Amino acid sequence: MDVLEADPDAPVTEAAAANLAACLPGGSGRPGLSGAADPNGPIWKEGAFRLDPFQVAPASGELGPGPVLVAKARWLSDRAQLLARGGPLGLFLEAGTGLDDVADDVGRFVLIALDFPKFSDGRAFSTARLLREKFGYRGELRAVGNVLSDQILFMRRVGFDAFEVSHAPTRRALGAGELAEVRLYYQPVGAAAEPGTRSWLRTGAG
Amino acid sequence: MYRYDEFDAEFVRQRVAQFRDQVQRRLRGELTEDEFKPLRLKNGVYLQLHAYMLRIAIPYGTLSARQLRKLAHLARTYDRGFGHFTTRQNLQFNWPKLSDIPDILDELAEVEMHAIQTSGNNVRNVTADHFAGATAEEVVDPRPYAEIIRQWSSLHPEFSFLPRKFKIGITASEHDRAAIQTHDIGLQLRRLADGGLGFAVWVGGGQGRTPYLAKKIRDQLPEADILSYIEAILRVYNLHGRRDNIHKARIKILINSIGADVFAAEVEAEWARIKDGVLKLPPAEIERIAGYFAAPAFAARPPPAGLRPADRSFDRWVTRNSHAHKQPGYAIVTITLKPIGGIPGDASAAQMEAIAELAERFSFAEVRVSHEQNLVLPHVRLGDLWAVYQELKRIGLAEANAGLVTDIIACPGLDYCALANARSIPIAQRISARLAPRQEQVGELKIKISGCINACGHHHVGAIGILGVEKRGEEHYQLLLGGSGAEDAALASITGPGFSPDGIVDAVETVVDTYLKLRTGPQEAFLAAYTRLGAQPFKEALYGRA
Repeated sequence: MDVLEADPDAPVTEAAAANLAACLPGGSGRPGLSGAADPNGPIWKEGAFRLDPFQVAPASGELGPGPVLVAKARWLSDRAQLLARGGPLGLFLEAGTGLDDVADDVGRFVLIALDFPKFSDGRAFSTARLLREKFGYRGELRAVGNVLSDQILFMRRVGFDAFEVSHAPTRRALGAGELAEVRLYYQPVGAAAEPGTRSWLRTGAG
Repeated sequence: MYRYDEFDAEFVRQRVAQFRDQVQRRLRGELTEDEFKPLRLKNGVYLQLHAYMLRIAIPYGTLSARQLRKLAHLARTYDRGFGHFTTRQNLQFNWPKLSDIPDILDELAEVEMHAIQTSGNNVRNVTADHFAGATAEEVVDPRPYAEIIRQWSSLHPEFSFLPRKFKIGITASEHDRAAIQTHDIGLQLRRLADGGLGFAVWVGGGQGRTPYLAKKIRDQLPEADILSYIEAILRVYNLHGRRDNIHKARIKILINSIGADVFAAEVEAEWARIKDGVLKLPPAEIERIAGYFAAPAFAARPPPAGLRPADRSFDRWVTRNSHAHKQPGYAIVTITLKPIGGIPGDASAAQMEAIAELAERFSFAEVRVSHEQNLVLPHVRLGDLWAVYQELKRIGLAEANAGLVTDIIACPGLDYCALANARSIPIAQRISARLAPRQEQVGELKIKISGCINACGHHHVGAIGILGVEKRGEEHYQLLLGGSGAEDAALASITGPGFSPDGIVDAVETVVDTYLKLRTGPQEAFLAAYTRLGAQPFKEALYGRA
């Protein structure tokens, strides 16, 4: 069975590539994981607002062509059909969802979306680090829900690289490059040190 | 003590700039109070009954004379000439204008201070034994580890939106002055079985409406692993702590619902994965931070104390308010901010300046803040005690009452706090005035008063605890007995029906009278007598025979 890997540069099936190209406005031949830049697009990624190439899959029923974002429940119940379908898959996880039953499959997704039901609900910060550092997930990690400017700085550091943002002041700040942030970090996050991290805390034992 | 390098200074500067921007957006009306609230709470700014309140971090309770002078200046310039020292070794200003707060933070940054994470659902100011670095009882000074934890937890990207606030306390002595068993994480620095330094780790202590003492989940944690172990604890808590009910969101509730052993197993599993990663502390770096806390240049043989006038009140003060120092010829001096009938923890700008000067002249420019709302001069030569005492008398802070019934902990209560149900301060003042004449006779007895169930006044661990509640629109006070926050930690039990504001003062006196009548002698302290006698004789004295 052909399986799409999380690595964006990994080969994909021809059918999947065609599906993806078809759904991207002005889509090139190369299957990208990012939508086209659009100032009104819902997703902030790679320095621009973009259209969302993924369609949200309903809880059950037929799926159209193109990349789909499926909730964990559907993934667990329709896993075989979803894989057979051959198109790029995204996985949506509610805050607090355990990862044990998807741990072996994270490499099959090109997108994992983690929900922030309220700005103050910080569970997905830990989930993101587990996905990146424990399970080695390398695809798009998208923050969805109540995403506000003061969290985005933290979200980036724990591994998010895409943000679904509806809050108007946050969109303005992102677009203008005006997130007021502290660019020095006292603590390393992840397996390797980050730039800006205080040097002694990132020093390994050996 | 710790000194900022360029990294620390720039970090605080950027944080103040970020907060200044947030305040300006609020003042321009671009942010509603609801939107502003989570931002200001990340920086110690509360909206109280009458005004904003700013809570300034005093990391592990260590202050320099220069910093204390700055706090005095801020009190005079931006507040009403007072500051209030809290039960978490912080300082609160109760009357700053919101528009002034960024300027206050700029001034604080000049003396390497800030208000970062003194509120909000994140790791709060790390507290420590207020005698750290001076007491002979400790294995080593715990403050370097507190500083390492402070740095690591500052604006932590994963743990800035925890289910609830998170408090870490650390001691390095068997005698626990840091109340580690009432903290979310309590750390006891100790010598491990293999001869190295490390920690016993306690989790899940806390007061509030559902008090729990912490459970020990690890007896021997090597010092190099302290950050990875704390990270594992916080990750398990962040993922599994309750978020549906603010009153059940602390880690203590999680631990007591799943069991300390299950919680510990989760932590150990996560820790096993990360313990040899980037958080492993290199010995050279522990040493480097410890270097900031090197002991001052003590005189090897300070000149003996000279003759001084016979003065019984000075004798009493030395007996009560000084503590053995690790360096022969020196003493640790407690300055209680508890003058008889005064407001616990308050200090005027003039008092702060006078104490700063005392520190400069007699204590290597160091001051400590205790969680019992007192100040400490950690390194005073025995020969200087008389001079220190004279100056403290001049500023009204020479009461010889450390640990006695008038050394009362009280939260700000309904005089200031938006959460309070009843006033704490006037009750403390009246009890202090009532019992002062007999405090020597009564001996060690800790009274702790909270103006609401959130327990900022630590009433659950008072030998006598008082909890203010509201009953049919009136202030009403419950009485608790038998608590301790030290190494013999225990939660106090409620005696029975509560009392009016007048009645609670009488009730405390009744408890004290009962103790004096029933103790085997002055050598049997209140808690020992209570343990021996049980609650019954006290209840009978309070409520009559059932």
